[in-house]
Amino acid sequence: MGKLATTIGILIAAVAAMGLYMQSSADEFTAEDLKRWEEQFMAVVNQGEKLFHSGDLGKNRVSCDQCHPNAANTHPETYPKFQKQLGKVVKQQEMINWCIQNPLEGDLLPLDDPRLTAMESYINYERRGVPMAPGKH
Amino acid sequence: MIRLNRRDFMKSTGAAILGSALPFSLVKVAWGAKNPQQDFTFGYISDAHIQHLGGPNFVRNWDRGLIRAVQEANLLTPRPDFFFFGGDLAQLGTKEEIDHGLEIMSKLRGKVHYVMGEHDYYLDLAKYWETAVGPQYYSFDHKGVHFVVLNSILTHDDWTFKKWPTPMDRMLAMARLDNPEGSPFLVGEKQRDWLNKDLAKVDKNVPVIVCSHSPLQKIYKGWNFWTDDSEQVLELLKPFKKVTVVYGHVHQIQYNQIGNISLHAVMATAWPWPYPKTYTQVKTHLPVLTAPMNRADPFFERDATGWQFMNWKTGHLDMHYQLPNNKDRVVAYNRKTGRPEDKTYQNPKNRIPAQNHF
Repeated sequence: MGKLATTIGILIAAVAAMGLYMQSSADEFTAEDLKRWEEQFMAVVNQGEKLFHSGDLGKNRVSCDQCHPNAANTHPETYPKFQKQLGKVVKQQEMINWCIQNPLEGDLLPLDDPRLTAMESYINYERRGVPMAPGKH
Repeated sequence: MIRLNRRDFMKSTGAAILGSALPFSLVKVAWGAKNPQQDFTFGYISDAHIQHLGGPNFVRNWDRGLIRAVQEANLLTPRPDFFFFGGDLAQLGTKEEIDHGLEIMSKLRGKVHYVMGEHDYYLDLAKYWETAVGPQYYSFDHKGVHFVVLNSILTHDDWTFKKWPTPMDRMLAMARLDNPEGSPFLVGEKQRDWLNKDLAKVDKNVPVIVCSHSPLQKIYKGWNFWTDDSEQVLELLKPFKKVTVVYGHVHQIQYNQIGNISLHAVMATAWPWPYPKTYTQVKTHLPVLTAPMNRADPFFERDATGWQFMNWKTGHLDMHYQLPNNKDRVVAYNRKTGRPEDKTYQNPKNRIPAQNHF
């Protein structure tokens, strides 16, 4: 009996170890994971939507959506691209900052500012499904 | 900037001299008794969105747009018979914004007929507007043409009266173009009854020009490029031989022909709006006839903004778009095809890359 119990014990340990191994495997994720990641992303999209429609981003109460309803005419798929007025290839975040500084008369955001990430998330989400077209005008 | 030929000028000055020297009936004879319609021109400025920041401060960019349109319109020679303002004088409908907008407009030399926009309306439901500006809808006759001004930006009573804790909450909700909590624009039954009665007095051969703020056609409901009862309004206009509808709200060039009715949009002085099809998540219906305006270049503050000079000379309304940062555009009625067409860009082969919207 003692021997059998030991064998069962080893088997249980082996199955548990296998389970642990599978849990830590990078290429295995569950429907629950997907749900959580989407919730995390959409929470940031929603923060971006609020910022995009808020007069608080700049200093003159003007908001992004006054010119870009549903973030239309922002063309996130075309960045990075050459902007002749800036004289160089810029990425989307730099163009968002240009808008904050000029029509919104505000101060630019650091490129790692969570607000900029949120804005970019909202803008790209409203443009989902459009093929990448870097450099396009 | 306004190109009128010598003949136009002689005609207009001739009319002025006759008007001042002779009884009205003789003026009519001078223009030909067979056709009581006379040539005339008027100006159309719209969507200034004057935005108050507190104290004496207003958003500089929007102020400059309206000031520039007024200054340019003041250079028109000969003078147009009158002007229209196409709605959205204010951004959030406050007394300060309406007053400041009217102060800038007061520099315009000539009479102005005002159309009401949703940004003027949804704070106090036209209370201050009616004191400072005038009625929400009305009609008048001018040189053989019957003009009708509608308030097309009303909506369902439940939305207007029951949904919002404060008037400013209601105003902010309607001011956001892409608001999923918004509500479709309506002319409404009361006003359609009034229009029916107003039109009953007018001979069916008399040309009718209708000015509304929102499009009297359905382009995209999500941005209220739309009037929910537009078919019912157009139905009342159908019996007339020649009808033109001019609307603001969309901040872009649009035009269409529906039966006997030509429809034209006017530009904003404040900022341009994207064409709805550039919002790729939804289905939209820009009239296929429209040769689009140039895509806005944000690096030029006045790009894709402007105002209009309207010429009623051919018995149809020819739209001369005055675009401070773009090449001026003319959209005129083509008798051969029976619809308005852009003088330069109607053929897609003639269009330029900046007119590709995506």
